[in-house]
Amino acid sequence: MLLLLVGIVILHIAALVLLFVSTIVSAWVVNPASSSDLWINCNTLNGVTKCDTANTGVWIQAVQALMILSIIFSILSLFLFFCQLFTLKKGGRFFLTGAFQILASLFVMCGAIIYTVMNSNWVHPSLFYGYSYILAWVAFPLAFISGLIYVILRKRE
Amino acid sequence: MLSVLALTSVVLLGIASQCTAISVYTNWEKHVQVGSDVRLSCSFFSWHWTSAEVTFSWSYRPDGAKESVSIFHYTNGAPYIATKGPFRDRLEFVGNPNRRDGSIMIRNVDYNDNGTFTCDAKNPPDIMGHPSNVRLLVFEKVPVQAGVITGAIIGVVLGLLILVVAIYYLMRFLVARRVFSLSMSRHGKKGKGKEGSQQRQAGPSK
Repeated sequence: MLLLLVGIVILHIAALVLLFVSTIVSAWVVNPASSSDLWINCNTLNGVTKCDTANTGVWIQAVQALMILSIIFSILSLFLFFCQLFTLKKGGRFFLTGAFQILASLFVMCGAIIYTVMNSNWVHPSLFYGYSYILAWVAFPLAFISGLIYVILRKRE
Repeated sequence: MLSVLALTSVVLLGIASQCTAISVYTNWEKHVQVGSDVRLSCSFFSWHWTSAEVTFSWSYRPDGAKESVSIFHYTNGAPYIATKGPFRDRLEFVGNPNRRDGSIMIRNVDYNDNGTFTCDAKNPPDIMGHPSNVRLLVFEKVPVQAGVITGAIIGVVLGLLILVVAIYYLMRFLVARRVFSLSMSRHGKKGKGKEGSQQRQAGPSK
């Protein structure tokens, strides 16, 4: 029982860590000479790095907002899980926790989709996707599965 | 006791007036559309009262230039605009020195006006301080400021969340109250005072 609990919490924290790394690290689109992420667009020419901030573009700000919201909802869901662990009746389900976690995964999905579609307005289209972008896509199913487990889980003992 | 307090406050004020400096505040950047007017605001904080000899001084350094030119000076209660400067007929003083405001207005900005404006304010005897810079960026179409839409989306979603939670708890509270008053009305006229008022409250709310 305890093992299951620890496993679920580890899964949740793994999804949360992936979300954090994906939002913060500057590697959504990479190239030998430049890197770009949600917040800044850096180009290195002849050893000189020049960075632009994300004030041009409505869509990139929407992606920023969705990623931050997904982190907030995932943290809220972790907090609610520990609350409900001690206050739920026997046989009750962690609906609220699961709902928040599933919402977080939906926000990540929306953010990643918008970024994929509107990418060309922000960076040169011939660049390759970096690992932060891939982590965002991996965080989505992890968070979704974690949320589903919470919805199915019943409190015993 | 009172004398000790008075002495301490005098000493503190004495120390404070020695290590103060004037702090000048301007914006960090100003994004404007070409052809529009821009107000460059400048104000300061000083521990001394605003004296009659307060001075404001604006200078301008174009993008790429190394030297800055003086474009405006306010002293002795009168504003002076540089007659040979790049803004000689486009600059207007819109500040209120008594309210520590030394703002200027530049009309009909052009792409040549891109650059850094420096405001230096002095409030005698408080003359030690650093001037403050504001960068002017002229665009054909002003882009959306960084973070405005991000903040708006996050604010709206979190606001909706708080609203849903508040409505949920409100409904629970209201249902609990209605149940309470319903069960009271079944007992008929027992104990008129409190329950009567409860029934009267439940009546119009339906």
